[in-house]
Amino acid sequence: MLRWLIGGGREPQGLAEKSPLQTIGEEQTQNPYTELLVLKAHHDIVRFLVQLDECRFASAGDDGIIVVWNAQTGEKLLELNGHTQKITALITFPSLEACEEKNQLILTASADRTVILWDCDTGRQVRKVSSFQSTVKCLIVLQRLDIWLSGGNDLCVWNQKLDLLCKTSHLSDTGISALIEIPKNCVVAAVGKELIIFRLVAPTEESVDWDILEIKRLLDHQDNILSMVNVNDVSFVTGSHVGEMIIWDILDWTVQACECNFWDPSPQLDTQQEIKLCQKPNDISIHHFTWDEENVFAAVGRGLYVYNLQTKRVIACQKSAHDSNVLHTAKLPNRQLVSCSEDGSVRIWELREKQQLAAEPVPTGFFNMWGFGRVNKQASQPVKKQQENAPSCSLELIGDLIGHSSSVEMFLYFEDHGLVTCSADHLIILWKNGERESGLRSLKLFQKLEENGDLYLDI
Amino acid sequence: MISAPDVVAFTKEEEYEEEPYNEPPLPEEYSVPLFPFASQGANPWSKLSGAKFSRDFILISEFSEQVGPQPLLTIPNDTKVFGTFDLNYFSLRIMSVDYQASFVGHPPGSAYPKLNFVEDSKVVLGDSKEGAFAYVHHLTLYDLEARGFVRPFCMAYISADQHKIMQQFQELSTEFSKASECLKTGNRKAFAGELEKKLKDLDYTRTVLHTETEIQKKANDKGFYSSQAIEKANELASVEKSIIEHQDLLKQIRSYPHRKLKGSAPYPGESEHTQDQASQAATTSNLDESADTDLYTCRPAYTPKLIKAKSTKCFDKKLKTLEELCDTEYFTQTLAQLSHIEHMFRGDLCYLLTSQIDRALLKQQHITNFLFEDFVEVDDRVAEKLESAPPRPGPGRPPSRSLEECPIPQVLISVGSYKSSVESVPIKMEQELGDEEYKEVEVTKMSSLDPQENLDYLDMDMKGSISSGESIEVLGTEKSAAVLPKSDSQASLTVPLSPQVVRSKAVSHRTISEDSIEVLSTCPSEALIPDDFKASYPSAINEEESYANDSDGAIHFRASVSPPELGEAEEGSLETPPSQIDTSCCIGKESDSLQVPLSPPAHTPLEQDGVVSIPPQRYRQKDQGFHVDFAVENASPSRDDSSEGFPADELDPDRLLASRDVSKTSLDACSDTASNMSSVTSTSSDRTPASAHSSGSSSERHKKRAGQNALKFIRQYPFAHPAIYSLLSGRTLVVLGEDEAIVRKLVTALSIFVPNHSRYAKPVKHWVSSPLHITDFQKWKLIGLQRVASPAGTTSLHALSRYSRYTSVLDLDNKALRCPLYRGALVPRLADHRTQIKRGSTYYLHVQTVLTELCSKAFLYTFCHHLHLPAHDQETLDVVASRQASFLKLTLGLVNEDVKVVQHLAELLKLRYTQEAPGTGRPMLRFDYVPSFLYKI
Repeated sequence: MLRWLIGGGREPQGLAEKSPLQTIGEEQTQNPYTELLVLKAHHDIVRFLVQLDECRFASAGDDGIIVVWNAQTGEKLLELNGHTQKITALITFPSLEACEEKNQLILTASADRTVILWDCDTGRQVRKVSSFQSTVKCLIVLQRLDIWLSGGNDLCVWNQKLDLLCKTSHLSDTGISALIEIPKNCVVAAVGKELIIFRLVAPTEESVDWDILEIKRLLDHQDNILSMVNVNDVSFVTGSHVGEMIIWDILDWTVQACECNFWDPSPQLDTQQEIKLCQKPNDISIHHFTWDEENVFAAVGRGLYVYNLQTKRVIACQKSAHDSNVLHTAKLPNRQLVSCSEDGSVRIWELREKQQLAAEPVPTGFFNMWGFGRVNKQASQPVKKQQENAPSCSLELIGDLIGHSSSVEMFLYFEDHGLVTCSADHLIILWKNGERESGLRSLKLFQKLEENGDLYLDI
Repeated sequence: MISAPDVVAFTKEEEYEEEPYNEPPLPEEYSVPLFPFASQGANPWSKLSGAKFSRDFILISEFSEQVGPQPLLTIPNDTKVFGTFDLNYFSLRIMSVDYQASFVGHPPGSAYPKLNFVEDSKVVLGDSKEGAFAYVHHLTLYDLEARGFVRPFCMAYISADQHKIMQQFQELSTEFSKASECLKTGNRKAFAGELEKKLKDLDYTRTVLHTETEIQKKANDKGFYSSQAIEKANELASVEKSIIEHQDLLKQIRSYPHRKLKGSAPYPGESEHTQDQASQAATTSNLDESADTDLYTCRPAYTPKLIKAKSTKCFDKKLKTLEELCDTEYFTQTLAQLSHIEHMFRGDLCYLLTSQIDRALLKQQHITNFLFEDFVEVDDRVAEKLESAPPRPGPGRPPSRSLEECPIPQVLISVGSYKSSVESVPIKMEQELGDEEYKEVEVTKMSSLDPQENLDYLDMDMKGSISSGESIEVLGTEKSAAVLPKSDSQASLTVPLSPQVVRSKAVSHRTISEDSIEVLSTCPSEALIPDDFKASYPSAINEEESYANDSDGAIHFRASVSPPELGEAEEGSLETPPSQIDTSCCIGKESDSLQVPLSPPAHTPLEQDGVVSIPPQRYRQKDQGFHVDFAVENASPSRDDSSEGFPADELDPDRLLASRDVSKTSLDACSDTASNMSSVTSTSSDRTPASAHSSGSSSERHKKRAGQNALKFIRQYPFAHPAIYSLLSGRTLVVLGEDEAIVRKLVTALSIFVPNHSRYAKPVKHWVSSPLHITDFQKWKLIGLQRVASPAGTTSLHALSRYSRYTSVLDLDNKALRCPLYRGALVPRLADHRTQIKRGSTYYLHVQTVLTELCSKAFLYTFCHHLHLPAHDQETLDVVASRQASFLKLTLGLVNEDVKVVQHLAELLKLRYTQEAPGTGRPMLRFDYVPSFLYKI
């Protein structure tokens, strides 16, 4: 864009010459976000966003402060100061039953080796735990058992009053990178390349104490596990640094499916750009998963892949969805997928069923994925994917949001208020539907007119 | 801006040959009549031609007891301004219509001289011989050494345009009252100081005399007093008397503020008002404090002198200058105010009236006027003050603080009231003493009177009144207006009366005899006479009543008179018959002083010859600092030499059209070269101390320059339309260039198209060199960006390229523009490159006119209920949207992209209306995903 500005401008061809910069990216008729509000409160990378209720969210990052925002107005409601170092984990916490007022609580962990429980309505620091040996990197609340777990170099189990119930032995120096809950009072912790399954033993008549037992270690991944999600009642998914995606049975912890050649470009299909861009191993690391009933959406390197759980294969992909690693994805209700990336952009995709089938036959192969996409980020070229008995889909780019000047770490979707993105440029941006906001403002205007008595409604 | 006064100039021009069709001629009633003297080659706008001065000016004159009426200074202090106009003669004229009963003396039934806090009188008079008309504001200052303690002064606004004076009477009166108040406050302070010194002198003298008497008494054992001793005793007695009188005077002058306080107490806005004052400039507040303290504390450094029994004759003394009378600080402030007045009323009456109407209309548009108007803020502030502020500055405060927000005294000139006073009678004043009944109209609230209304009243007055050429006509007096309520039902009664007017109890019928002076109207002088003042003299405030209750005032002295022992009384109270008083010729002149202010100059005593007069030059020199700007403007190099002298000015149509700002033409002429322009601007930037004024004037200049440059931009760049569309629709326009001056100039020019988000600042950033960020686009709608040929510059361009969807980019170096397509009809009208408009200010007004129309469209769109809310529950949003679209298209007649302009303005209106407090609303960045195009020359 603006090539003429930066240099190597084209020769003018006429007064109203059509700009070479006109791209599909500038005309986004389906992109509803036509209004933005920049929120400034942090002074370092903002890494975490968490929704508190319909109109509030909290943000946290490397500056150690937590800020509570109003998602509608962008108003900064509270600033929670207590951590001295960067925040490493942020999770909403169920209200204490003892507490009569049902205030929204959040639990934050920081590199200063403390965990603090905050009241997001008052800004009060409810409780603080500082007896950690290592930085807590993940937090999980098991509401069923009224306990929560913190994962650092070891795994600790706490009750709602923040009393330590039990803990594991030292697991690893790198610490637990991900933690999910699975049935039968078990949790899965991702520690390096390993998945460790622990079972929690609730107090019984024999023993009054909680206990946590290591049950099994799963060693199927070749490299560090970066992401792990609980997809549905029967399976969970893990992804590793070298692009292995494994779908596990949630009950017996066996591998249901493994997709491990995302990075394998088909030499005969690719373009020059693909060769150039697919060199770094980073490009195939799986950073994030999101899922719906049918599909798992994986952020693999710079690309996005849609894996169908029924057919156990990739049904659509964008190998180069972004210029840089995709850090977070989310599935929106209307078959839309949103991804954000280190390149500072947020993109909105739509999963469309492809009508026209590709002509050439595609080799079978259970874990093979064939596809080709155009690297050009503006062009959203459908992935041609052909399988005998499954509809092929494509990820269609319907819009992108450019505002951050640095990597977009995470985003949050509000049904009513739009999208909140946070970034390494210290900013949070609230993206809103301009038309809807305009309507809301009109409503507010007439309400105010009525309050002032300037409006006489005919009833 | 609502209207364009410049348009008035185009009365009749040669018809354009290329005119495509002949428009039907205007109906007779709409056509502008040709100037009757056009055949003589005179410019129809040169009303000044009859007068001997080139433009309006302000004259301050004094009725000196030594030399009679004399001019003291003029504003502006430039001989070119008043030219051959005879200031001495005119001073005589204006001083001879002073109706004030400004005398001090022993009122009947009182033993002591009384200070009368005299109202100012305001008169309009015309001198048909000189072709001069003047608003004359008489005021009286106190001077211990002057006869009757008073020095009559007057300030006159002299113009060749009689209608201007009449129609601007109220405004003139307001502004001059501020100046007068400033002078009088300073004068009270100085007078109190004088009295204190005098008292010390007297006290010292008494001690000396007392000692001498004691010595004589002891030496005298014969049982009777020698004549020498009696003489001494008499002398002592007269000193005692003098002390009492001076103490009394001091008490009176000091009591002034308290009375004012009582008078103004009913106004609820008092405290708020005071708070407002606190935020004023530090100098002013310092002045306030010092005034409060200085006024009542003695100066310890003063060493008393012995006063000779027979003091020197008045006429041997050099009278104090105006500056000495008023304390330098106050004097300077007054000059500032006067030069502010001079600026304010510069130019044609048509211009003044139009801009007044303008302002009045703008106030009505309080919902939309923030968008494109930049001076609304000041106006509003003043207007708010007007509603809340008490009509008077608080006690002990110098009027400086009221320079800005002194409310307009409600001038009432009744239609019928002057009838009685038209008869020509010898100068005479009928005093109706305190028993004058007056109607108690309970008007507690200062109603903000519509200026138009008042103008109408003034206008009615003038009709038929001025016609009678030679003889003096008192067309209307403010006094008569004051008595209106009781007299009968008149039209003007409907106008709310201000309390001040109602309270002035004194009524005087004043008339003057055959002379060529026409007194067109007078108006109530000082705005406020508290109720507790009992008027025993017309236009005067009697002090007696108030301190009758005092325990230690004059009553105390009277009580102590009883001890018959001459030398014993410590208090020094001598019972001496008033007739014997002759200690000082300045005290106790009850009989003389009664007539002095009223007597025509011919009656001044002959002894005045040869007496030192106050040289007016002194003030002129001091004055120059304030008026340098004018001189520079005249000397501006771009101006034609021929226009230097004032006769040329009259032939210069531009000058005459908008003589409000002299520098206008020069600016227009040289605005092409930035350096030249800036030099003119810097030199002519106002040096007047009145800061409020200077801002207003500079914005005027700024507008002109911006208009000129915008006009240039439109002519120079064929793609001006999409660029202006970007600005109007809220898409940030980045002006990219290497040369800061050029970029700044263009940014300033284009900023006239940028709608404001709030009324505090335009979202315009004139010059940045750092890479732009998303927050910049949220904050600024017009940015001047530096292009640098360095890596840093490239990042800056990359950032620009990254955010290209939010911006339009105008590259000045490559003469290229990248922005969305525009196909509307609005901008071509706003920025027609073939426009006939040549002058920057005219173009600016044109832009304002179009934008105002646009604003009203946006207002309609925003506040039409059915356009934004569903009419019933079943109605979908789509229906509402289609209704909006059809309204915009059919009702408002907007095509294509014009819709977006109105929608953007509507969003701004909504935001502004709904936000609770100014400044709390967050600016959001609204944008569209539309393709951009590259335009290049």
